Amino acid sequence: MSGVVARRRTIVLGVVVLAAAVLAGLLVGPARIAMSDVFGWLVAFGDAPEGVSEQASTILANLRLPRVLVGGLVGASLAASGAAYQAVFRNPLADPYLLGSAAGAGLGATIVVAYGPSGSVELTVPLAAFVGALVGVGLAYGLGRSSLGGRAATSLVLAGVAVASFLTAVQTFLQQQRSETLRQVYTWILGRLGTTGWDDVRLALPSVLLAVATLWAVRRLLDVIEVGDVEAESLGLHVGRLRLVVVAAASLATAAAVAVGGLIGFVGIIVPHTVRLMVGGSYRSVLPLSVLFGASFLILVDLIARTVVSPAEIPIGVITAFVGAPFFVAVLRRRARTT
Amino acid sequence: MGGDTGTHLDSFRAEGGQMGRPRTTLYVVACALVLVACASDGAEPTGGGGSRNPVSPSTSFPVTVEGSNGSVTIQDRPTRIVSLSPTGTEDLFAIGAGDQVIAVDDRSNFPSDAPVTDLSGFEPNIEAIASYEPDLVVYSTEIGDLGSSLRSVGLTALQLDAPVTLEDAYEQIEQLGIATGHQDEAEVVVAGMRAEVDSIVESVGPAEGLTFYYELDDTFYSVTSDTFIGQLFSLLGLENIADAAGKGSGGYPQLSAEYIVEADPDLIFLADTKCCGQSPRTVANRPGWNTIAAVENGNVVPLDDDVASRWGPRVVDLLRAVADAANAAADEAAA
Repeated sequence: MSGVVARRRTIVLGVVVLAAAVLAGLLVGPARIAMSDVFGWLVAFGDAPEGVSEQASTILANLRLPRVLVGGLVGASLAASGAAYQAVFRNPLADPYLLGSAAGAGLGATIVVAYGPSGSVELTVPLAAFVGALVGVGLAYGLGRSSLGGRAATSLVLAGVAVASFLTAVQTFLQQQRSETLRQVYTWILGRLGTTGWDDVRLALPSVLLAVATLWAVRRLLDVIEVGDVEAESLGLHVGRLRLVVVAAASLATAAAVAVGGLIGFVGIIVPHTVRLMVGGSYRSVLPLSVLFGASFLILVDLIARTVVSPAEIPIGVITAFVGAPFFVAVLRRRARTT
Repeated sequence: MGGDTGTHLDSFRAEGGQMGRPRTTLYVVACALVLVACASDGAEPTGGGGSRNPVSPSTSFPVTVEGSNGSVTIQDRPTRIVSLSPTGTEDLFAIGAGDQVIAVDDRSNFPSDAPVTDLSGFEPNIEAIASYEPDLVVYSTEIGDLGSSLRSVGLTALQLDAPVTLEDAYEQIEQLGIATGHQDEAEVVVAGMRAEVDSIVESVGPAEGLTFYYELDDTFYSVTSDTFIGQLFSLLGLENIADAAGKGSGGYPQLSAEYIVEADPDLIFLADTKCCGQSPRTVANRPGWNTIAAVENGNVVPLDDDVASRWGPRVVDLLRAVADAANAAADEAAA
């Protein structure tokens, strides 16, 4: 079928774009490192490259490369989670933070910043955010299943709203109690790829791989569940179980992304929608391409964040929204015209 | 799905992550930025009382002083002062008006005998402030309509905002002297500060031209030479690596880690030891930072966040700490 060929072609395109984004991310940065030095460093990877200054190789190995990798992991996680959420909640506006992971992560980070031991925040804040995100989603899932009646998707979303509001209220209260921590919490919320190192790669990689692999494995089922719970059940799909698997995987990926990158908005919405505009609605294409383009998108946005006002930086969350908001409007307009 | 869309839209909007929360957070945090970093922001440089007030040195009241909120007339010698500004508190005690102060805000942690309360200069509660029945309220940051709210309940409010220059900071001390009936003491304090600043500046010889990175928090926010704190370093002839990011940053750029590593500063000053638990050790552990000259040579200098974010008499202590570190670094390089 030509559909298969087209799908393969777009996936190849996605891989090429991602490779280009990674390369661009390594080549360009506030530190002026010659292009030939970057290539030399890449070729001699693992060894002390000849003719490249120690400073340049330190910057490439310890700052630029982990930052590009984390950007890619975060982008892939958010885009894949967003795409999966949009399927299982049948809601085009669902984003990875829908079930309270952002609020949970924010609360976790705030607790550590405000009340935790001082000194070791580099490691404890991401961990607390990670745990907080999972707790937030866990609460929403538990509440949505047990206490609210009606259709599972809707009650989950509503429980997510309640949990998110509650956790955000707690977070805001704690922040006000310790107003000296406001700034630190705030910079964290705006996204913080600026301090990325290999620790972050190590923290995020296992969860992201596991989660993305899981979502990848169920991508065909997402097409079925998107039709409707009843219809999917009649086709023999265990809707509740699939939704749990997807929510668990997406939350894991989102928690990892939030832990190392802070709250970065819109990626989970604009990337899957762009992919749908390109290749149509089947999750056999949407999911893999969301992973590839999500990673590319965030690497490139981060490139903008660290070069536009170089040697200063713009918080990455500002740029994703700056690019994302107009795009979002365009998607909505298109949607309105076609329905 | 039509019936659901409205709910979903609402739920999306209400959900904390994207739309609802940042707006409130932004508001709150704008204040936090003012508090920590923008302590020396010069949004209203002219308000700080640039023009001297030719009031006679006698302590006859009423007096009129120049605050950042314009001219303020004080009818009688105040004896129930509430200070919502940590710098204001330090100034008041330095000029001998401490025993006229009945309450200070929760961040006024110096001097230690200041009457600390849970009043806040950043979440000001007018009723709580008014309940102290103050005859003068000193504050630094105009949060909401703090000044006019205080006046509307009949209180006298004097704003002394973060200054742009050292002269502005001196002027604030002198104005407080007039406002509290301690004009002579205030002039002595200022004269002492001037003399000390001069001698510190003179003590810095070969350190001139050393480069430095000044860290406001552990996400690499810094200050340019356009800020109050940045000017102190300029006085000593040190070169600020953040100046390269000067334009469009409002004086407080967030620097790229790789730029800091590339710029290879001779000195690193940490004004985030309290807020963010940073120390020479944590800096040395950052990926790639071990190649920076300041780290290699042990010239990472922890500062007191509080002293570094205020503009009272202890500015001299800050300047001395910086000068000592710079001289030590220069001696090392020469040896």
